[in-house]
Amino acid sequence: MKLSREVIHTEDKRKLQDISGEEILSCYQCGKCSAGCAMTSAMDLLPHQVIRLLQLGQVQEALDSKTIWVCASCLACSARCPRGMSLPNVMESLRSTFLRPGDRCLNPAEIPYELLEIVPEQALVAAFRKYT
Amino acid sequence: MVYSYFPGCTLRAKAKGFESSTLASCEVLGVCLEELEEWQCCGATFPLQIDNSFPLVSPTRTLASAKKAGRELVTLCSACLNVLKRTNHVIREDLDKREKVCAFIEEDYSGEVEVLHFLEILRDEIGFEALARKVVAPLSGLPVAAYYGCLLLRPPEEVGIDDPEAPKVLEDFLLALGCDPVDYPYKTECCGSYVVLQPGEPAMSPSRLVVESAKSRGAKVIVTSCPLCQFNLDYAQSGSVERGENAVPVVYFTQLLAAALGFGEEILQFDGHIVPPGLIFQSVGVGGCGGLT
Ligand code: SF4
Ligand code: SF4
Repeated sequence: MKLSREVIHTEDKRKLQDISGEEILSCYQCGKCSAGCAMTSAMDLLPHQVIRLLQLGQVQEALDSKTIWVCASCLACSARCPRGMSLPNVMESLRSTFLRPGDRCLNPAEIPYELLEIVPEQALVAAFRKYT
Repeated sequence: MVYSYFPGCTLRAKAKGFESSTLASCEVLGVCLEELEEWQCCGATFPLQIDNSFPLVSPTRTLASAKKAGRELVTLCSACLNVLKRTNHVIREDLDKREKVCAFIEEDYSGEVEVLHFLEILRDEIGFEALARKVVAPLSGLPVAAYYGCLLLRPPEEVGIDDPEAPKVLEDFLLALGCDPVDYPYKTECCGSYVVLQPGEPAMSPSRLVVESAKSRGAKVIVTSCPLCQFNLDYAQSGSVERGENAVPVVYFTQLLAAALGFGEEILQFDGHIVPPGLIFQSVGVGGCGGLT
C-alpha cells in the first residue's frame, strides 16, 4: 500500500470521527483492547487492527470486516484503554456508515423461529438497534 | 423506604420471575417499589453515536416522569440501569443535547433524578447484615458464581455500581444468604449480548467460557441481574441436561433472595429457564423450594 496524505485523510474517516466522537490517531496500538475482547474468536480482524486500518485511511476494509458486527459493545476495551479511546464508539460509527443509507445486517424474517420464541425482548430491541 | 420503579419490557415478558421474586422480597424487607405512571422501553442499548440524540428520547422521558414522582428511581435489569444512568449523565453534562432532547419531549429535565440498581438498595439502604437477619431458609454452603457481565460495571465513571475489575457486591449479597460464593476469572467478561441473534452463533463461545470457568471452580448455580446474560449463559448449555452433562442453572439474584426469604415456586417462577434450577434447591434442602424440579 502506498501511503500519502490523500490516502490517509479521507472524508469517510472524518465522518467516522464525527459520528464516534473519537480521534482515531490517539490509539498507539498497544493491543490491550484485543487482549481483553471476549468476541475475538468470531472476529476476522482484531479490534486494534480495525483501528490501525482506519489510521491508514482504509475505511472500506474496516467496513467489510465481520468484526464490526460481532462487537458486542461490552466496553471492556474502552474501560481498559490507556489512551481513553472508546473503541466501541468507533465500531458503532462503522456500523452506522453501513446502516444509515438504509441497509440492514439482520433480517427479522431470517431469525430462526425457535430462537425467536425464547430470546428475551431485550435482545431483540438491542439487535434491531445495532443491526438495522 | 419508597422508591420509584422502572421494570422495563423484558421483566414483563420473558423475565417475569425476576420481577415477582423481587416484589415479594421487597414486602419482607420493607421496601416499596412504586411503578412509574408512565414509562417506555429504554432502548436496551445506550447509543454510541454522538451525532444522534434520538435514542436518548425514550430514556429521558422515563427520567422526566421519575422527576415528577419526586423519588429515586430503581431498576432491576442491568441494561435498563445502564441506559438510564448513561442518559442521565449526558443530560447532566451536555447542555446542547439536554436542550434538544427536552425541547422534543416538551419536558423540563436536567438530570435531577438518581438512578439506582436494586443491589444498591440491598447494600446501602438495608445493609447485608440486616438482610442476613431476615433470611429464614439459608442456602447454606451452596456454591454460587456471581456473574456481573458488562452493564452493571461499565463505563465505571458513569454507571459502575462497584469496582469494574474486582466487584464484590454480588458476593457480599450471596454471603448474606448463606451461600458460598466461588471466585472465577470470567465474572466481568461479556456473554456476547445481542450478537446471539447473528447467524452462526458467534455469541455462544464467550458464554460457554463463562459457564465452563464457573463450573471448573465448583459452582452449582450462576446468578445474574441481566435477562440477556441469563438467557445467553442458559442457552449456551442447551441440550446438556439431556446429554447427561453437568449443567449449571442460571438464575436472577433475586430468585435466590426470595428462596432464602422462604418463598416457593409460585414466586420464583422458573418457567423459561433451560437448565432447570429446582435441582439446586433440592441439594441444599431449602424448605419452601424443596419440591422444585
Ligand atoms: S487499548 Fe487503546 S491504545 Fe491500545 S490498541 Fe486498543 S484502542 Fe489502541
Ligand atoms: S466493546 Fe467490542 S471490541 Fe470492545 S471488548 Fe467488547 S466486543 Fe470487543
